[in-house]
Amino acid sequence: MSYAKLTRDEIAKRIALDIPEGSYVNLGIGMPTLVGNHLPKDREIFLHSENGILGMGPAPAKGEEDGDLINAGKEPVTLLTGGAFFHHTDSFAMMRGGHLDIAVLGAFQVSVSGDLANWHTGGDAIPAVGGAMDLAVGAKNVWVMMEHLTREGASKIVERCTYPLTGVGVVKRVYTDLAVIEVTPRGLMASRLVPGLAFDELKRLTGVPLSLSGARAAA
Amino acid sequence: MIDKISPSIDAALADVRDGATILVGGFGGSGVPEELVDALIAQGAKDLTIVNNNAGNGEVGIAALFKAGRIRKLVCSYPRQVDSHHFQEAYRAGKVELEIVPQGTLSERMRAAGAGIGAFYTPTGYGTDLAKGKETRVIDGKGQVLEYPLHGDVALVKAERGDRWGNLVYRKSARNYGPTMASAAKVTVAQVYEIVELGGLDPESIVTPGIFVTRVVKVPRKQAAYRAPAGGSVTRGISGKAAATGR
Repeated sequence: MSYAKLTRDEIAKRIALDIPEGSYVNLGIGMPTLVGNHLPKDREIFLHSENGILGMGPAPAKGEEDGDLINAGKEPVTLLTGGAFFHHTDSFAMMRGGHLDIAVLGAFQVSVSGDLANWHTGGDAIPAVGGAMDLAVGAKNVWVMMEHLTREGASKIVERCTYPLTGVGVVKRVYTDLAVIEVTPRGLMASRLVPGLAFDELKRLTGVPLSLSGARAAA
Repeated sequence: MIDKISPSIDAALADVRDGATILVGGFGGSGVPEELVDALIAQGAKDLTIVNNNAGNGEVGIAALFKAGRIRKLVCSYPRQVDSHHFQEAYRAGKVELEIVPQGTLSERMRAAGAGIGAFYTPTGYGTDLAKGKETRVIDGKGQVLEYPLHGDVALVKAERGDRWGNLVYRKSARNYGPTMASAAKVTVAQVYEIVELGGLDPESIVTPGIFVTRVVKVPRKQAAYRAPAGGSVTRGISGKAAATGR
C-alpha cells in the first residue's frame, strides 16, 4: 500500500488544531514557526517570543517592518492588541518557571525516553544553544515537530540520542510527517498514521519499540 | 544637582579599561547600542570580554569589535548566525575564547549579579554538555545545575528615552537584556534617542530606575528599520503598552 508523507504545512496544521484556546505557547525557530500560520481564527492563543513578547501577531505587511519588533528567529512580527513587552529575565522566568503550556520545538533526534537533541550537531560546528534548553525543561508540554526520517532514511526517533542533548526526558509528543508519537511511561505510542501507512511499516521505519495507541497490549 | 547626562559619547566611555568585561544589550539587531559600541572601538580598549546574546552581525557593532581584534572572550548563547563571519573567523583562528550559556541562564546569571545572589540552581542544561564540570543537585526530584553570577565592569544598553537621574524606558522588543544588564555592571552607560525633564517619564512605567544607570548619552534618532527591506520602516501604534514605552 502506498502513502504520502505530510508536508511541513500539514504537520503544522495538525499541531495548530491540537492547541486549546487560552494556551500560552512558544513556537521554536525554524519549522515550528509554521504552526503560527494555522492557528484557528476562532481561538485566542497567546504566542510567547523569548526576546520579550506575549501576544505576538503575524508578520507585518511589506514596508511595515519594525526593527524593534522581531521574533526569536529575528524576523519582523506584530503585536496583537492586548499584547505585552517585558525584559529577557522575565521572559525566561515564563519559560523556565512552568508558565508556558506548550513549546513546539524542532529536533535532530528524540529518544524513546523523551530525551531531546536539537541544539548542536557536534563535531566542528560552532555551538549555539539560544533558549532551547530553557524551553525544554520549563514548558509544561514539549511537543516536537520534525520529519520522521533523516534524508538518508534513518529514524530520528532513537533508542539513545547520538547528538548532544538539549534536555533529558522532556518530550511529551512528537509530530512527524508520518504519525503522532506520544512519549509515555509505557513507551512510545503511535497514532494518527498518515493514510495508507500500515503500523508494521511505521514500526520498521522507526526501528525502536512502538505501540499503536488504543490497541490492546499483546498477551 | 545630579546630572547623569554625558556631554558626549566619548566622555561616557572614557574610563573603560583593557581587559574589562562588558555587557552589551541586544538580541539580533534589536536593542543593540550600536553608537556606544562604535565609540568603544574608537576608545581603543582591548582584551575585552564581551557578554551578548549573539556574536555580532555583518560589519557593525560587535562584529566590528571582532574585526578590530579587541575581543579576547565572548560569553554568549547563540553565535551561529549567517552574518557572524567576523566572530567565526576569530574563533576558527583560535583568537577568541567562547563560553556558551543557555539564554535564560545567561540572563539569570546577570540578574543574580545585580541582585546580590551568590549562586543559584537551575534545571536548564541538566544532563547536557553545557553542565559538564558543574556542580549538580536533585531538588524536588529535578536535576539542577549550580550557576554563578555574571558581573560586568561596564554595561552598554540601548533605551528609548531617559532623564538626568538615569531613569529609562525602552521600545518594544528592543528592551530585551537592557534592564538586567543595567543592574549587573559597576558602570552602566545607556544610549537614548530622547532626554526628557524629570517627571517626563511616567513613574508607573519606568522600566529601569536610575539607581542602575551611571551615565546617559543622547544619540541621533535612527528609524528602527528592519534590515531587509529598503526604504525604511513605519512604526505602528499597535497597543497601549507600546505607547507607554515607545514613541
